[in-house]
Amino acid sequence: MITEKLKLQPEVLEAVVIRFVGDSGDGMQLTGTQFSDTSAMFGNDIATFPNYPSEIRAPQGSLYGVSGFQVHIGSVEVSTPGDNLDLLVAMNPAGLKTNLYALKPGHTIIVDTDAFNKKNLEKAQYDTNPLEDHSLDNYRVIQVDMTSLTKEALKNVEGLDNKAITRSKNMFALGMVYWMYGRAKEHTIDFFNKKFKTKPHLIESNTKVLNAGYYFAETLELIPNAYTISPAKMPSGTYRVIMGNTATAWGFLAAAEKSGLELFLGSYPITPATDILHEMVKHKHFGVKAFQAEDEIAGIASAIGAAFAGDLAITTTSGPGLALKGEALGLAMIMELPLVVVNVQRGGPSTGLPTKTEQSDLMQAMYGRNGESPVIVIAASTPANCFNFAFQAAKLALEHMTPVILLTDGYIANGSAPWKIQSMEELPEIKNNITKTAYENWQPYTRNEDTLARNWGIPGTPGLEHRIGGLEKDSVTGNVNQAPENHEKMTKIRAEKVKRVQNYIPEIKTEFADSGDLLVVGWGGTYGSLHSAVKQVNLEGYKNIGFAHFNYINPLPKNTEALFKRFKKILVCELNNGQFVNILRMNFNGFEFLQFNKIQGLPFGNNELLDEFKKLVK
Amino acid sequence: MEAIVEKKYTYKDFESDQEVRWCPGCDDYVILRSMQKALPEMGVKKEEVVFVSGIGCSSRFPYYMNTYGMHSIHGRAPGIASGIKLANPKLSVWVMTGDGDAMAIGGNHFIHVLRRNIDLNIVLFNNEIYGLTKGQFSPTSVVGQKTKSSPYGNTQPPFNPGELALGANARFFARIGGNVPKDISQILVEAHKFKGTSLIEVLQNCVIFNDGCYNNITNKDVKEDKQIYLEHGKPMIFGKNRDKGLILNKLKLEVVTIGENGITEADILVHNAKEKDPTMHQMLVRLEYPVATGIIRSFDDVTLEEREDALTKQVKANSKFTKTNDLFFSGEIYMVN
Repeated sequence: MITEKLKLQPEVLEAVVIRFVGDSGDGMQLTGTQFSDTSAMFGNDIATFPNYPSEIRAPQGSLYGVSGFQVHIGSVEVSTPGDNLDLLVAMNPAGLKTNLYALKPGHTIIVDTDAFNKKNLEKAQYDTNPLEDHSLDNYRVIQVDMTSLTKEALKNVEGLDNKAITRSKNMFALGMVYWMYGRAKEHTIDFFNKKFKTKPHLIESNTKVLNAGYYFAETLELIPNAYTISPAKMPSGTYRVIMGNTATAWGFLAAAEKSGLELFLGSYPITPATDILHEMVKHKHFGVKAFQAEDEIAGIASAIGAAFAGDLAITTTSGPGLALKGEALGLAMIMELPLVVVNVQRGGPSTGLPTKTEQSDLMQAMYGRNGESPVIVIAASTPANCFNFAFQAAKLALEHMTPVILLTDGYIANGSAPWKIQSMEELPEIKNNITKTAYENWQPYTRNEDTLARNWGIPGTPGLEHRIGGLEKDSVTGNVNQAPENHEKMTKIRAEKVKRVQNYIPEIKTEFADSGDLLVVGWGGTYGSLHSAVKQVNLEGYKNIGFAHFNYINPLPKNTEALFKRFKKILVCELNNGQFVNILRMNFNGFEFLQFNKIQGLPFGNNELLDEFKKLVK
Repeated sequence: MEAIVEKKYTYKDFESDQEVRWCPGCDDYVILRSMQKALPEMGVKKEEVVFVSGIGCSSRFPYYMNTYGMHSIHGRAPGIASGIKLANPKLSVWVMTGDGDAMAIGGNHFIHVLRRNIDLNIVLFNNEIYGLTKGQFSPTSVVGQKTKSSPYGNTQPPFNPGELALGANARFFARIGGNVPKDISQILVEAHKFKGTSLIEVLQNCVIFNDGCYNNITNKDVKEDKQIYLEHGKPMIFGKNRDKGLILNKLKLEVVTIGENGITEADILVHNAKEKDPTMHQMLVRLEYPVATGIIRSFDDVTLEEREDALTKQVKANSKFTKTNDLFFSGEIYMVN
C-alpha cells in the first residue's frame, strides 16, 4: 500500500513549496486554499498561485483538464508562490504527468493509486504505469489508495452517494499534508461547519475524511513528521489572508469611506476580474452601489454617469473589456471626471489566455484611445498591495480630476498572501474638488493652480448648472469650442495635469544596491519573482545588483532618470514582448535598456531570472 | 427670517446661453421649446434636472438647456443616465436620442434600460434618417427609401420603435408628432410623473434629408383622419368628424365607422394604457392606419431603484458592519507579535 523509494532525512526547513493537482472537479483549489489559510494563521508567510484550465469542467482525466494550486509557506519572507516543488500531491496520472517537471529531485510525491487505472493512464498518455516502471526512482513516492480509504472512512455515513464520497478524497490528501507539516486541522473543520451549515451530513463526511487522512499519516508512521516550519518574522500587527481581487475591492471601500463619497461600481463579468464585482456586491451594508451592466461599455458608461453625479466611480475589467471601454474612457478623460478603471490583465491578444497571467495591456492602458488622451496609469505588485493601489487610484482620480487605470494581473489577483490590516486611521486623507455652493463666476473648467484639477460641480447643486461632453471644450466655461488655439491649449493642459501627478507620488527606490553593475527593473505583478531572484543572486555573492520595481507608470517617478544613471546595465523584465521597456526608451535617451521577456501565460521562474542576471554580470 | 418663496419658473429659465444650431425649420426646435415649456409644469428644481445625450442631431439638445447636461458618445446615453440616476435617485434624468443613436449603435443599451425600469425618461427623435452624417438610412428607414447609402433604395427592413420597446418590456410608451408642441409638452409632463422608464417617440421631420416623411400622418389637414390620439379610459375614436373607431375583430384591430352597419360608440374599444398585458398595446403600436399617438402604454411597476433601495435597507438592518474597519477586522484574523 505504501512504498518509500528513498529514505527521508528529517529536515528543518525555512520554506516549502507544495502543489496540489488533480482534475478540475477534484477540489484542488479548495484544498490549496485551506492549506495556505491554515499556514498563514499558524504564522507562516505565504504566497499562492492557483493554475486552472479555462474550461469549467474539462473532460475527466485529460491532460488539459488538470487544475493545480501551489502554495509557498515559510518561516522567512516569501514573495512568490515558489519555483520548484518540495511536495507534489497528484490525484491522477494527468496531474502527475503535467507537473512532475517542477518537483525537485529526491523530493516527495503523494499519489492516489486508485486513480492510476488503465483508463486514466491512457488519458494521460502514459504507455506504462509510472508507479511501476521505475521512472520515478529519483523521487520519494508515497502511494496511497486514497479513494478506497475515503470510501472506507465513510461507509457508515448516511445520505452520501458514490459521487459525494469520491469527491471528498481531496480532504484525505489535505489531512495527510496537515500532519506532515504539523498543521492543526481545526481551521478547516470550522470551515466545514460554516460552509455546510444546512447539510450536517457533509460536515460529518468531510471531517471524517480529513481526520482519516491525518491519522493515517500519523499512525502508520511511514511518513515521518520531519518538516518543521516555524512562524515567519513578519512586522507585528493584525493580519489576515487576502486575495488580490478582494484587496482591490477593499481598497475602494476604504477610499469611499475616507473621501466621504458613495461608491459606485459599473461592471460586466470577465475573467479574471469578476471576483472584484463578486466582492463589491456583498457590501450593500456600506451603501455600495454595484451595477452589473449589459456589457463592458455600459459598465464604464454607468460609472461615468455616477462620477458626473458625484460618486466615487469604478469600473472593472480585463484586457478585451478595456478595448471595449476605450471610447468611453476618452470621454471621461476629456470631461475630466474622476474614474478608476481596473484592468486585471490576462494573456492576450483577443480572447487569448483568459485564465493565465500576462502584462501585455500596458500599451493599451497608455495609448488605447483615440486622440491625445493621457490618463494616470498605476500598477499593483502583490496580492496585498492591491489594497493600497486601489486606494491610491481612487485618491489620485478624485484629487486630480482624471481617469486612472489600475493594472493588476491574473497572478496577483487570484494569488493570496498575508495582509497586515490597515485600519482607516492609518490611511491618508482624500480631498476632492467638489464645489459645495455656487459663487459668482463659477466655471466648471476653472482649475486648481497646483494640480490643474477642474471644479467638480455636481447635479443637485443650485447655481452650478452646466453642460459637458465629448466635443472639445472651452478652457474656462466647458462650452463647445473647436477653435484651433483652444484645442491645442486644452490638449496641453490635459497632458500637463497628468504629468504634474509626479509631484504627488513617491520617488522610485532601489533594493539591494543603490548603484552598481546591474539594475533589474520590473513593474506590476512581477515584484515577487523579481525580488526573490535579485535577493538570491546577491546572497550568492554577486554584488552591486540593484532592483527597482515600478508601481507608477504614467507619470513615472521624478527621479527615474537619475536612478538609471547610477547603474552600468539596466535589464527590464516583463511578462510581455517588451512594453515598459519601450516606454522607458521613449522617455529616457542615452541608456541601453536590455530586456528579458516571458510570454507563456506564467510568472517568471526563479532559475530563468538567475541565469539571465548572472549572464549579464559575469 | 425671510419667507421661503417657491420659485415659479418660465420656459426662459431653461434656455441656455448657447446658440441653437439645428437647420432652420427642423422639428427639433419644436421639441426643445416644448421641453422648456413642460419643465415649469413638472415642479422640479432646475438644478435637479439632467439631460444626457449620445451623438446625432438630437444629441445637441443638452447644450441648449440651462440645466445639468452631458453630450456623451454614440449610443451610450442610457448607460450614463442609469449611472446618474442610481448615484442620485432624486434627479430627474432625461435621455435625448435619435433613431440611429438608440436603435443602431446603442441598441443593446436601449433594450436593457427599458427592461430594468429605472426611473428615466427617454425622448426618441425618430426622423428615419441619419442627419448629422448627412443622409444615410437608419434602422427606421423604410424599405425602398433612397438615401446617400442606399441610392437604389434601402433593402433593410426597419424597426418599429414601439414594437421593439414593448418587446423589451417598456412600461411607458408614447408616440407623438413633431409639430404639435402642446401635445408634446403634455406627454413630457406625464412621462416625468411616471415612475419607471418612459419612452416617447417623436415623429420628427428632417427638413434636409428626409423632408415630408410624415406629411401624410402629421400634416394639419390629415392628422385627425390618419392618427388616433389615445387617452387612457377613453374610447378609441378618431377622424375629423369623430366618427371612426377601433374594434377588435378576431385577433386584429379593425377601423369602423360609427353609425354604419349598426356600430355605435358602445362597440368601440376603450383605451387602457395601464394594463399589464401589452398585447393590445402591441397591436396599437403596429397599426399603420390610423397611426396610434398619445400615451399607448403606462403600466405602473416597481422601479430598479426601489428594488435596490429596499434591498440595501434590508442588508443594512441585518449587517454587523457599519464601517470598513468592522469588515477588515472580522472573520479569520491573527496577530503577529
